Amino acid sequence: MQEELFISGRNIPNIDPSLQIWHWPISVYLFLGGLAAGILFFSSVITVMGKDREFEGTVKYATLVPPIALSLGLLALVYDLTHPLYTWQLYMTIRLESPMSWGAWVLLVVTPLSFLWVLSYYSDYVKNPSKRIGFVTRLEERVRPYRRQMAYALIPLSVILGVYTGILLSAFNARPLWNNAILGPLFLTSGLSTGAATIILLSKSTAERHLFTRIDLALIVLELGLIIHMIMGMYAGSQVQLEAMHLLVGGEFTLMFFGFVIILGLLVPALIEVMEVFGKKVPAIIPALLVLLGGLIFRFVMVEAGQITRYLY
Amino acid sequence: MVIDTLKCVGCSDCVVACQTENNVPVGYCRDWITEIVDGSYPNVELELKSERCNHCDNAPCVRCCPTGASHTIEGGIVLVTPDECIGCGACIESCPYDARFQHPDGYVDKCTFCHHRLEKGQSPACVSVCPTNCMYFGDLDDPNSEVSELLKNRKYKTLAPEAGTDPHVFYLI
Repeated sequence: MQEELFISGRNIPNIDPSLQIWHWPISVYLFLGGLAAGILFFSSVITVMGKDREFEGTVKYATLVPPIALSLGLLALVYDLTHPLYTWQLYMTIRLESPMSWGAWVLLVVTPLSFLWVLSYYSDYVKNPSKRIGFVTRLEERVRPYRRQMAYALIPLSVILGVYTGILLSAFNARPLWNNAILGPLFLTSGLSTGAATIILLSKSTAERHLFTRIDLALIVLELGLIIHMIMGMYAGSQVQLEAMHLLVGGEFTLMFFGFVIILGLLVPALIEVMEVFGKKVPAIIPALLVLLGGLIFRFVMVEAGQITRYLY
Repeated sequence: MVIDTLKCVGCSDCVVACQTENNVPVGYCRDWITEIVDGSYPNVELELKSERCNHCDNAPCVRCCPTGASHTIEGGIVLVTPDECIGCGACIESCPYDARFQHPDGYVDKCTFCHHRLEKGQSPACVSVCPTNCMYFGDLDDPNSEVSELLKNRKYKTLAPEAGTDPHVFYLI
């Protein structure tokens, strides 16, 4: 029998008995960041391929989401800081070893770009010329010719943003559940999938919806594969990783993880999308909403379960 | 720092000394005592030790800090600059020893090895008050220092070496 206890009465708020340093705003941000990255990636690729006239739902309407999502996400991030008046210190240095530094700088570039993107479509949103605001129209004329260049810049930037939401967690070797290299690609895939789901929700064209249903299906299959890799990797890992995985498989997060993330968030929408690909009439809104909900719960599970896992010595 | 677990009686004097010296807010602590009981009566082994920030050579908290507030100074002590800390919590998440906490004023705080006392040539508060003299502080780069001699001649362990942090608080066993 071995028993360990603190005898000096260590009971630090948010740290004992298990870490609760990152709360819901972090999970919400990871979701919104991935979602924005997904939408920006797809609209940039479509613009670079010169197909922006065929896929208006993506480049014009879905891109209204990233500026809102990123702004809310940034607010959530700052809300979770305990020394928020010093936030500017993030931009006094570039620390290549720190994922959070990468994220802060990428957000500083991507967020304005996402606003400029929406601005470049201003006259498409406000169809009546007499209702347009003069200086916004003048700004739009300045920005519009550079849309393609913005798209070229946004392709790598959105990928970095999507990967960063996962790397942020996987860089912590002290939390065995997070500390695996697959989290970056996994969060990117999940972000792209939620982005595709948003496009399906907002698109008015059937062809566009069909294309993104197929893309989303492929991404869901990829995501399932990555999750299986993550679980297998953990099971082949050290004792602390085994214990971490037991939280998800046969532990307190099993219902959330398998029930809501894997079954409701991935398998069910995949099934519905397969039916859609084979020509069955299914309302596209159902799989899209399930994917979004699954993505959000996935972030909550990973952030909360990860903080419980630790080294025992 | 070297701590002799065979001499430690778990009196918590080091904890109180630290809280007094560094004005640690009530309810928080920069160092603490753990007790590990092995076996069952009559074959019981008891290990007592004082734990704190391990001032790791490969410190994950320094690596993860997005502003550079967490930094290693010459000699290997890991410190936090309150005015550069944004309170993001990345270093707390990255520490396998849970040695850091968010100060009620917002910034992240932890053991400094009483850096302000070292500058005056004094030993850390915890070391200076230990009634059994179970703690030793010195320069590991100097092969003739007391700590180097102890590590040469005694069996010792570090905490969670498998985390790859190269901790610099050594426990004699």
